[in-house]
Amino acid sequence: MAKVYDAGVKEYRETYWMPDYTPLDTDILACFKVTPQDGVPREEVAAAVAAESSTGTWTTVWTDLLTDLDHYKGRAYAIEDVPGDDTCFYAFVAYPLDLFEEGSVVNVMTSLVGNVFGFKALRALRLEDVRFPIAYVVTCNGPPQGIQMERDILNKYGRPLLGCTIKPKLGLSAKNYGRACYEGLRGGLDFTKDDENINSQPFMRWRGRFDFVIEAIHKAEAETGERKGHYLNVTAPTSDEMMKRAEYAKEIGAPIIMHDYITGGWSANTQLAQWCQDNGMLLHIHRAMHAVLDRNPHHGIHFRVLAKILRLSGGDHLHSGTVVGKLEGDREATLGWIDIMRDSFIKEDRSRGIFFDQDWGSMPGVIPVASGGIHVWHMPALVNIFGDDSCLQFGGGTLGHPWGNAAGAAANRVAVEACVEARNQGRELEKEGKDILTNAAKHSPELAAAMDTWKEIKFEFDTVDKIDVAHK
Amino acid sequence: MQDYQSSLSNPESRKFETFSYLPTLDAAQTRQQVQYIIDKGWNPSIEHTEPENASGSYWYMWKLPMFGETDVDAILTELENCHTAHPNNHVRLLGLDNFAQCAGTSMVVYRGVTV
Repeated sequence: MAKVYDAGVKEYRETYWMPDYTPLDTDILACFKVTPQDGVPREEVAAAVAAESSTGTWTTVWTDLLTDLDHYKGRAYAIEDVPGDDTCFYAFVAYPLDLFEEGSVVNVMTSLVGNVFGFKALRALRLEDVRFPIAYVVTCNGPPQGIQMERDILNKYGRPLLGCTIKPKLGLSAKNYGRACYEGLRGGLDFTKDDENINSQPFMRWRGRFDFVIEAIHKAEAETGERKGHYLNVTAPTSDEMMKRAEYAKEIGAPIIMHDYITGGWSANTQLAQWCQDNGMLLHIHRAMHAVLDRNPHHGIHFRVLAKILRLSGGDHLHSGTVVGKLEGDREATLGWIDIMRDSFIKEDRSRGIFFDQDWGSMPGVIPVASGGIHVWHMPALVNIFGDDSCLQFGGGTLGHPWGNAAGAAANRVAVEACVEARNQGRELEKEGKDILTNAAKHSPELAAAMDTWKEIKFEFDTVDKIDVAHK
Repeated sequence: MQDYQSSLSNPESRKFETFSYLPTLDAAQTRQQVQYIIDKGWNPSIEHTEPENASGSYWYMWKLPMFGETDVDAILTELENCHTAHPNNHVRLLGLDNFAQCAGTSMVVYRGVTV
């Protein structure tokens, strides 16, 4: 029977709270951590979140009746306590697939984290996880090359990749910058990296940097006989300019370029990723601004969601945190989103903050990049935590070596190979790390000097954003 | 402070990817790495090349990959046979992971005469 138009404000829960709803395999599912204003019932708030992130607005409008809103609406279908925190609760919302444009993380996120985050009935709101159905995943282009192709392109098997971010992050001339890259690469690194702040400033325009860096790569390759790369950052003020820089990187034979997917924007990122796939280029992704979104445990977007967005939008490397370095990272949660980046199927696992099964089908994986405040003493733990399909990136831990970048690079390369060899022998890296490194240093004065330099450095601040666990 | 010894003119500077920054693996160490490949369920595969052609993706296969081979000695013997037949060439052992459709690991077991 047709509905009758009844103007006015209705309670959201009449339409959007559906506790008996069984989500479809094709639904996009979201888990929000909701901190409501005092006195508002949970069901009403959950329904409001579902409404405001899908078809709803604050009052009934006659045009609602021109369509079948019951087909398009988001449905709040479950509510759960947050372990250890009574100020908030989890709300689960199912969105029908038809709400979204195919292949557009921009469109999905404009709904899921749009107006609803400013909604007055909420004190705070955090998007904890999203289940992208395989029906949506296959509409996205995904990583340009994937892990297996990257290994084959670069001829690197059976060990983590090694990188280094060039420092100082700002102020070097193009030629001096190329020197720093060359020294690192000839010492045994696979990659050097533009710092995210490096775009095309007056002290070093992009074109000069690209020219000197490619010379550094070619010489280091000839010298070592190994394949090398440098993440040329093509992040730019406009996507036209970004594409111009990417095209030039391809023209000079660079194997990999870099983009900052949050500050640069997901639309630009998706465009660049598709271009990289068409042009045989690897794409390294930096995540500047992520902590603005993901660090507050009550408000924002969890990094596991940002990681899923990147895998759909496209990128071959993504910074993931280190667990052991200077930046934020709870170990279990980090292991969770590392799996989300690399595996083809990830099971729900609340102990790692994973709220939904996630099936990626045959979409390629993304290599997690561990970077920030790490040095050779962290190597055993890093190899153990991240495994082979990872990129371990030592900036200060390479350039800060007392004998310079080449020695710093060699120290890290010897350390990573010694750890891989020991792991393959069945040794426990985190327990026997000191022995393994000390033994390797006997034939590597560079490693011995590095171990001497960084012995005392530790970062032991408590994590701000932890997995929610009961505390009483 | 030490100078970093590496140059275009010195063949000693040429590396061979995984484990090439460590001293050459001895017999016992090689054995352990072969065992690792078997334990991972990978298919051992032997390849060799003239050192001057080492930078390409394709080296010469020494026979077909040893599909399903789990005997460490059989693999070591084939490595040795390849080395004996091509004493000046690099000889590498790969573990082919047919699920990833990618080598799980690769290591040069006999280093030829670098150029």
